[in-house]
Amino acid sequence: MSEGLITAAYVVAAVLFILALGGLSNQEKAKRAIWYGIVGMALAVAATIGTPGVGQYGLIAAMVVIGGIVGWIVANRVQMTQMPELVAGFHSLVGLAAVFIGINADLEMTRALAAQEAGTTADLAGFAATIAKKSAVELSILKVELFLGILIGAITFTGSIIAYGKLAGKLSSAALTLPGRHTLNLFALIACFVLGYLYLDGAGLWTMIAVAVIAGLIGCHLILAIGGADMPVVVSMLNSYSGWAAAAIGFTLGNDLLIVVGALVGSSGAILSYIMCRGMNRSFVSVILGGWGGETQSAAAVDGEMIEADADAVASALADADSVVIVPGYGMAVAQAQGSVSELTKKLRDQGKTVRFAIHPVAGRLPGHMNVLLAEAKVPYDIVLEMEEINDDFPSTDVVIVIGANDIVNPAAQDDPGSPIAGMPVLEVWKSRQVFVCKRGRGTGYSGIENPLFFKDNTRMFYGDAKASMDALLRELG
Amino acid sequence: MKIGAPKETASGEARVALTPESAGRLQKLGYDCIVETGAGAAASITDEAYRSAGVEIVATAAELWQNADVIVKVREPSPEEIEAAPDGRILIGFVWPASNEALLEKMKAKHMTVLAMDMVPRISRAQKMDALSSMANIAGYRAVIEAGNNFGRFFMGQMTAAGKVSPARVLVVGAGVAGLAAIGTSTALGAITLAFDVRPEVAEQIESMGAEFVFLDFEEAQSDGAETGGYAAPSSPEFREKQLEKFRELAPTVDIVITTALIPNRPAPELWTDDMVEAMKPGSVIVDLAAERGGNCTLTRAGEKFVTDNDVTIIGYTDFPSRMATQSSNLYANNIRHMVDDLTPEKNGKPVVDMDDDVIRGALVTHEGEITWPPPPPKVKAIAAAAPKKKEPKETAGEKAAREAAELRKSLNRSGLMLGIGGLLCLALGFVAPPSFMQHFIVFVLSVFVGYHVIWGVAHSLHTPLMAITNAISSIIIVGALLQVVSGSSLVMIVAAASILMASVNIFGGFLVTRRMLAMFQRS
Repeated sequence: MSEGLITAAYVVAAVLFILALGGLSNQEKAKRAIWYGIVGMALAVAATIGTPGVGQYGLIAAMVVIGGIVGWIVANRVQMTQMPELVAGFHSLVGLAAVFIGINADLEMTRALAAQEAGTTADLAGFAATIAKKSAVELSILKVELFLGILIGAITFTGSIIAYGKLAGKLSSAALTLPGRHTLNLFALIACFVLGYLYLDGAGLWTMIAVAVIAGLIGCHLILAIGGADMPVVVSMLNSYSGWAAAAIGFTLGNDLLIVVGALVGSSGAILSYIMCRGMNRSFVSVILGGWGGETQSAAAVDGEMIEADADAVASALADADSVVIVPGYGMAVAQAQGSVSELTKKLRDQGKTVRFAIHPVAGRLPGHMNVLLAEAKVPYDIVLEMEEINDDFPSTDVVIVIGANDIVNPAAQDDPGSPIAGMPVLEVWKSRQVFVCKRGRGTGYSGIENPLFFKDNTRMFYGDAKASMDALLRELG
Repeated sequence: MKIGAPKETASGEARVALTPESAGRLQKLGYDCIVETGAGAAASITDEAYRSAGVEIVATAAELWQNADVIVKVREPSPEEIEAAPDGRILIGFVWPASNEALLEKMKAKHMTVLAMDMVPRISRAQKMDALSSMANIAGYRAVIEAGNNFGRFFMGQMTAAGKVSPARVLVVGAGVAGLAAIGTSTALGAITLAFDVRPEVAEQIESMGAEFVFLDFEEAQSDGAETGGYAAPSSPEFREKQLEKFRELAPTVDIVITTALIPNRPAPELWTDDMVEAMKPGSVIVDLAAERGGNCTLTRAGEKFVTDNDVTIIGYTDFPSRMATQSSNLYANNIRHMVDDLTPEKNGKPVVDMDDDVIRGALVTHEGEITWPPPPPKVKAIAAAAPKKKEPKETAGEKAAREAAELRKSLNRSGLMLGIGGLLCLALGFVAPPSFMQHFIVFVLSVFVGYHVIWGVAHSLHTPLMAITNAISSIIIVGALLQVVSGSSLVMIVAAASILMASVNIFGGFLVTRRMLAMFQRS
C-alpha cells in the first residue's frame, strides 16, 4: 500500500472512532456506534499491516488469533456484574503493551545508532530504519516521549491490576493509608524524573527499566490508597491513563492514528472521571490522592430506632401503592438480584402501577453500572431515570424500595454539615410516603457513614440478601 | 387459654372487639375464642359467621366472663360488669385511666391485669396496635360523609347542561390522623380542601394529601410535635389570637368545617367561636370531632346534631367509629389481635406480661393487685426531633442579575487565564521542538478537544458502555506493536509479538463486551 493510501485509511479510522464515541449519546444510536468502532479498528490494523516494512505476517496472524480467542472467551464468560473488574483488567493489558513498546523502541534506537556508527543503516528494517533517519533533537524528543509512555504505561498496568483485585474482592477494598504516603509518591515520582534525565543523557536501557519498576510501584500504592467507593472514578481514570500512554507511544513512533485515538481515549476518560467526581461533590484531586479527608467534623449522632418489616408488609404496601420507585445500588449487583427486580417490576406494571427506577450518578462501582444491570435483566430503559429527572417526584411517590444502596440515599448529605458526604447530591427518597430499605444487615455502608434515613419515621428495614428478599416479595405478591 | 368478647353494654356502642377474621388469627396463636351471643349483631356479624370461624357462642355475659381467661372489649367495663367478674382476668380494651380512677381501683381489687388500648405508646413498632389511630381514621372519614349528608350541594365542581356547580370548600382544623383522613376523603370527593395545624412540620403531609396548608405568618419558636409523641402542644395566647384571626377571615368562604384539634389530657381548645359560626353562609356544616372533650366549636352540643339560627348545621356526635361498626370492629379487632400477638411471644396460647416491653408496659394499667398507671416514659423516643427548617431567602431580580454577571465574569477570567497559560506553553514548546514534532502535536491537541466535546454528549446511562468501548479502542496501541514486529533483533520481535497478543485480547474482548452490553438496552 502507498503512503497516501495508508494515511487515508488512518483518517477514516480516526473519524470512525470519533463517531463510535459520539454515537453513545443515546441507546438506539449506540448499537450502530459499536460497529463504527469495530470497522475503524479493523481498518487501522489492516492499513498498518499493509505499511511498507511491516512483515512477519504469520507471527502477527498467530498472535491476533490467539489473542482474539482469549478475548472472546473472557468476554463471553464474564457476568454483567463483573464488568467493572473486567474493564480494569483489560486496562492493565494496554498499560503493559505500552511499556513493552516503549522498551522495544529503545532497543531499536540503540541498534539504529550502532548501525549508523558502523555505516550499515541500509541493512536495518522496520522501525529501526525510521529512527536512523532522525536528527539529534528529534531523538531527544523521542526519548522524552518514550519515557512518558513507559511511565504512564507502568502506572496503568499495576494500577489496573490493583483496581481489578479490589473490585473482584480479591483485595480488601479499604483504603490503605501509609504514613507519609504523599511524600512517598512524590519521592518515587522525582526518582522517575531523575532517571528520565539520566536516560536523556545517554545512560541506557536500565534507567527505563528502573522507571517502569518504580512507576509500577507508584501505580500499586496510588490505587491501594483509594477506597472501594471511589473505584468508579479510578477505573475511568486508568482508562484515561491508558489513552495518554497510547498517545505518548504514538509520538514516539510518529504515528498520527495512535496520537488521535490515544488523545480521544485520554480526554474522554478524564472527563468521565470529572463527571463522576462532580456527582459525588468531591474534587478530583481528593479522590485521586485517596481516602476520605481526615479533617471533617464529627457527624451528628442519629437517634431513633430502625424498624423492621417483613416481605408480607412490603407486599401489602406495594399492593396499595400507585406509584413505586426502585432505587438500586451496589447491593443489588452483589446479590445478582436484577432478574428478580425486573420480574417484580413487570408484575407491578401488569397491575397498572407506575414503576420507575431512580439511578444515582455514582450508584454501583462504575458510572452507569445500574443501567447496564437493569438492561441485562430486560428492564425497559425508558422507566430508568436519572437523579435530576426523578428527585422532584419523590413527594408524590407512594412507595420507594431501596435495594442495596446506602450513601446515595443518605439525608445527612443535605442536613448534616459535619457528615463526610455533606453536599453530595442524593436521591431524596425520604420525601415519599413510605420507604423500604432492603439491606443485608444493620452495618453502615461502603463509606462507613451512619444513615439517618434508616431511622426515619416512614422508613422500614427489610433485612436480607437482596435476591432472597426480592424472591420472597415475589412469592408474597403471588 | 380462651379469649372472649362480650356484647358491649354501653348504650349506642355497635362495635365488637372480636371478628371471625381476627378469631382465625388468634387461633393460630394458640387461643380458643368465645363470644357472647349477639355480640356482633350491631356490626352486622352474625353468630353463624362466628361459628363457622370456629368460635364458641355462649348465651350470657356471665358465662363468658366465667369461661374466658382473656376478655377483649371496646369500651371500658361498667362497674357492674367488674362487680360480676371473677378474679384474675386479663382485660384488653379502652380504659381511659386518667378519667376513670375509681374504675382502676375496682379492677385492682379484682386482681385484674388490664391493658388499655388507649395507652399504647406512639412508637412506630406499636402502630399496628394503635387503636386510637385506627378509630381516628374512621372518624375522619365519617366526619366528611356526615357533613356531606347534611350539606345541600355537591362536593365536586361540575359543568353540567343545567348549569355550573362550584366545588365545596372544606376547612379541616388539626391534621392528626383524623384530620388527614378527613382531608383525604374530602379531596377524593372533589372538594377544595384547606387544612390548618399548629405544627408547621405537618404542612408537607397536608400537601401530600392534596389539601392546601393554611399558612400562618407567625414568628415564634413553635414547638416540635415530635417531642409530645406526635400530638400538638398548647400554643401561646398571641399565637392563638393570630390563628383565630385567620379563621375569622376564612369563615365566610368555607362551606364545611371539620375540627379535630385535641391536646393530650386537656379540654379541647376553642377554635371556632360564635362569631365565626355567625359569619358562615347558610347551609354550611360544622363537624366537631372534639365534641366529647368539650368541642373546638363553642356552640357544639356533644352527641347531638342541631341547626343554628343562621342555618348552620353543627354536628357533635361522639360515636363516629360506632356509626361504621363493621369497619371499625374489623380494624379494632385487628389492633387487639396484634396486641395479643405481642403478649404471646411463644405463640402457644399463653399470655406473658413482659414488663420490659415498652408497648405492654405502656398499656398496662393494673397488674397483680397494683395500679401500674401512669407508666414510666418509654425507652424509645416516638419520633426523632426534626431540625427546624430554614427558609431560603428569595433573591430579587436585581440580585440575580448581579450574581449571574459576577459568575460570568469569573468564568471568563478563568477560561481566559487557562487559554493564556495554554498558549504560552505551546509557544515555549514550539521554540524548542522540531517541526516534525509540532505537526504531531497539532493532531494531538485537536484530538483532545474533539474527545472533550464528544464525551459531554454521551448519555449518563451509557457511561459503562462508553468505558468499555474506550477500553477497546485504546488497544489501538496494537498499531505500535505491529510497526515494531519486523526487526533484526529477535528480542524486539518477541516483545512486540507479546504486545500484539495482549492488544488483541483487548480488542476482541472489549468490543464483544460492549456489544453484549448495548444489545441489552431495549425500550418497553
